[in-house]
Amino acid sequence: MKRLNLLLVLILILSSVLSVSAQDKPFDGQTIRVVLANHAWTDAVAPKIPEFEALTGIKVEWESYGEEQLNQKLTTEFIAGNAGVDVFMTRPLQEGANMEMNGWYYDLAEKTAADVEYDFEDFTESSRSATTFNGTITAIPLVTEQEILYYRKDILEENGIEVPTTLDELYAAAEKLNDPANEFYGFVARGQRSPLVTQLSSFIYSYGGDWFDRDTYTATLNTPETLAGIEMYSNLLKNFGPPGVLNMHWAQCIGIFNEKKVAFYTDASSLYPNLLDPTKSDVAEVTGCAVFPAGPAGAVMYDITAWGLSIYAESQNKDAAWEFIRWATGKENSLFIQGEKAQQLARTSVWNDPEGIKSFPADWAAAVAGSIGAKSYDRPLITAVTEARDLIGGIVVTAIEGGDYLKAADEANVKFQEMLNNEKP
Amino acid sequence: MISRWIDRHEKHIFPLPAVIFIILMMVFPLGYTVWNSLTNWTLTSKAPTEFIGMTNYIELFTKDERFIQSVWRTFYFTGGSLIIQVTLGVASGILIDAKKYPGKRIVNSILLLPMMATPVAIAMVWLLILEPTTGVMNYLLKQVGLPISKWLSSTSTVIPSLILIDSWEWTPLITLITLAGLATLPTDPYESAIVDGANTFQTIWHITLPMLRPTIAIGALLRFIDCFKIFDIIYSTTGGGPGYSSETLNIYTYQNSFYYFKFGYASSMLVIFFAIVLGTVLFVTYTRKRLEV
Repeated sequence: MKRLNLLLVLILILSSVLSVSAQDKPFDGQTIRVVLANHAWTDAVAPKIPEFEALTGIKVEWESYGEEQLNQKLTTEFIAGNAGVDVFMTRPLQEGANMEMNGWYYDLAEKTAADVEYDFEDFTESSRSATTFNGTITAIPLVTEQEILYYRKDILEENGIEVPTTLDELYAAAEKLNDPANEFYGFVARGQRSPLVTQLSSFIYSYGGDWFDRDTYTATLNTPETLAGIEMYSNLLKNFGPPGVLNMHWAQCIGIFNEKKVAFYTDASSLYPNLLDPTKSDVAEVTGCAVFPAGPAGAVMYDITAWGLSIYAESQNKDAAWEFIRWATGKENSLFIQGEKAQQLARTSVWNDPEGIKSFPADWAAAVAGSIGAKSYDRPLITAVTEARDLIGGIVVTAIEGGDYLKAADEANVKFQEMLNNEKP
Repeated sequence: MISRWIDRHEKHIFPLPAVIFIILMMVFPLGYTVWNSLTNWTLTSKAPTEFIGMTNYIELFTKDERFIQSVWRTFYFTGGSLIIQVTLGVASGILIDAKKYPGKRIVNSILLLPMMATPVAIAMVWLLILEPTTGVMNYLLKQVGLPISKWLSSTSTVIPSLILIDSWEWTPLITLITLAGLATLPTDPYESAIVDGANTFQTIWHITLPMLRPTIAIGALLRFIDCFKIFDIIYSTTGGGPGYSSETLNIYTYQNSFYYFKFGYASSMLVIFFAIVLGTVLFVTYTRKRLEV
């Protein structure tokens, strides 16, 4: 009899435990596939995924790829109609327009509107507008980036040079510090055809240029303003850049900056750990950050949303997928990722929280603060963006090589206009 | 009943697996590519995919400068690589074979090493070696007082640098093929040559090389096909850059399909690519028969 009682009690306890967990974990037992990019944000979130699994009972199968491989993989899977992907990382500026056109994003409007606790309005307006295409909320903004100026504090001090605030000052300072005989170079930035375009953008904007007129869809690659920006960028690299700059992506730029061979470097703010983290960089102590220098049209740098987190339109587990996204990009996790892991997120509340900015170097934070709200795109916002980048990058490569870049710009402009004609809404 | 049917149709049934395999794995993809090349299938376009006839081909040859240049570049790379690899490969093969010495087999094994390494790893190592500022190549050149080069990062030196990398990796293949060819040569002609008083150079030029010709032709053909479709080394060192200066046909096709998502257009390039390779192979086979080499 005693044994029977014990058994009954056990069953009772067990069933109550089970029923509680079933209520708390509506998605218990579901599996979602999450496809991420090799990015510091992923590194920050991945170790916490088991927490999410314990919390919700959702099993997360995640994988991550290099950014180009990720886009290729997703595109091929989506074309094949493979519904295996639930959540994926996406670059609103790079593939956003194309993926939206193909209907691969699940519209997050309903989910975000229904979720008061999640507080979607907390994301900065520029980041929200960057992930919204034709009224569809394609992604939750993850990380933001601005173009800033990195410089060697010690070198500038030794030579009595002030931190440049205009592009002309930057040019003069780079000229003065350039000393190729001793393998020291005034300036470095990306020289690879396609990657350089985003870093060129702030130069062009600061001279008053742009890729194209967004109202009339007229290409403006050979206007005097755009050409002035291209000239400044390519002259800096041609005259004061290290040899081999044409094969440099950001990794090579950082490599040469870390070898103490360069005075100035303009690139994305998000790259700063590679330069300012003493465990990764030999120049951490002597590297300074400043707002992107102004041109005739002012300091107009990009302030973009580099990555977003989306749900695939054909996903079979949209609710569980949203559960993952709201956890990964919720206030609590955002504070952790930005505060502890030093990722630049897009939540205003996190930026306003002292805990949220405690890991950032002061001059870097100031440079970023001075850039927020500038241009929300760093490349032409069209579906055929890769092709356009190759076209534009080609002009700069020609200029750095000392070729006839004016002719190259005219030719590229004609081709770019053809592309724009196909894109006109 | 069934066995009788099988008996009667033996000649059709037995090759069937092979035929199905070839249709599935070769004929269908090829046919599908040809079909695609006649459409405007583009992922980034709002227009629906349509049959457009020869438009892609006309555009390739009349409007697309990048395509024309990539074709020339492919021939430049292939020609350069072939000349270096065949010359060096045959020469080193004859040298290695010339005398019996201890450790010959070790030399053969070492020769194999570059071919065993993965091309991407090779590319990464060469990228470091040829780095203009920090690479060891320029350092060595400076040490001996030779002018330095920008190697992979200048539009004028990038293809020769790539030829260098490819030759480093693949010359041993020609050497090995040459060695195999040399092992099968009869000894009588050499003996009569010695009797006739021929010197070493004359023996090599008039006896070894002519007899090796079929072997060399096969090796060169293999290398031609491989060089022509080179992708791995270029993709992992320069990605087609600086600018477009190392963009070969294969790289440009890849760009068009997986970066620009112009599948129709890329297919038409692949068809041309296939035609060139097929044409060359047929040409070589035909001339070999004619010359009876």
